[in-house]
Amino acid sequence: MANFLTRLFSNEPSSARQAKERLQLVLINDRTNLTPETMDSLKDDLLDVISQYIKIDPKSVKIDIAQEGREQRLIADIPITGGEQRRY
Amino acid sequence: MAAKVITITSGKGGVGKTTATANIGAALAKGGHTVACIDADIGLRNLDVVMGLENRIVYDLVDAVEGRCRLKQAMIKDKHIPGLFLIPSAQTRDKNAVSPTDMIRLCDELRSEMDYILIDSPAGIERGFRNALAPADEVIVVTNPEVSAVRDADRIIGIIEAEEKGPAKLLINRLNPEMVRHKNMISADDVVDLLAIQLIGIIPEDKNVIISTNTGVPVATDGKSLAGEAYRNVSLRLQGNTVPFMDLSKGSGLFGLISNVFGTGE
Repeated sequence: MANFLTRLFSNEPSSARQAKERLQLVLINDRTNLTPETMDSLKDDLLDVISQYIKIDPKSVKIDIAQEGREQRLIADIPITGGEQRRY
Repeated sequence: MAAKVITITSGKGGVGKTTATANIGAALAKGGHTVACIDADIGLRNLDVVMGLENRIVYDLVDAVEGRCRLKQAMIKDKHIPGLFLIPSAQTRDKNAVSPTDMIRLCDELRSEMDYILIDSPAGIERGFRNALAPADEVIVVTNPEVSAVRDADRIIGIIEAEEKGPAKLLINRLNPEMVRHKNMISADDVVDLLAIQLIGIIPEDKNVIISTNTGVPVATDGKSLAGEAYRNVSLRLQGNTVPFMDLSKGSGLFGLISNVFGTGE
């Protein structure tokens, strides 16, 4: 009962919820063989390369792994900053 | 007759592969099929005690593979259920005594005489698991609603896919509906969501499983136990029947609703 009340009045997610969320992250790492650190350096490298060609704002870039069934997909959402207008 | 070879595996140890093999085998044989259960865990023999046949072993899997006996001589008839057989594992042999090719040859020899061949895989992803996987037409992955078991199940499912033996089917064992209701256990639909493969059964935690293992009579033959009913349902689904998933909520709560949704969605 005490346990129930503690949960009722706290914002902490249930242990089942925590288990699922932890597993979601662990399974992505296991399936792709990418640790969060490798993922970060992948993002940095990707941004470096793209910045050589177009102007982007690193802060608005979103790179994530999306899941569809047992398939993983690397999704990159990279808005191009307006910057200087080209004259033709 | 051409038997279907079904391998029961899990990655993690102790989730209930052997119990599942014994019970699915018993339920299929009770339904009038001929079934051979092969214990592929060389060095850690266990399917014999779970099936209550430990006193009848003369020859084992390795004897049959190495030609010290005919395959028929290594097949032990079940005490209670006609059509049910066990090929026990070797207890003292080197675990490399059997190769994947040996297992394929052995199953091919059995195929013409059986309806089903169930292979109880050892835990892990080593040779023993490869042996169990090699002859499989279908693979069942057993897991518990618990982080380490689900993680290992995911690894194993990946390997099964890579070996072109997939898609595997999922058996969730030892689900405690009470704990799911109190949100202290991952629900069956969360496990399915995480592993993204088809569900073949949900076995509720049931003290009758331990009691039946004590006596060596599979719980699937017990008309009153919940786990026994769940195992009989698994065997019906394996035969291609559509069987709704049991309502484990005992009439209330969210879990019942979820498992009902599963039942109709099957």
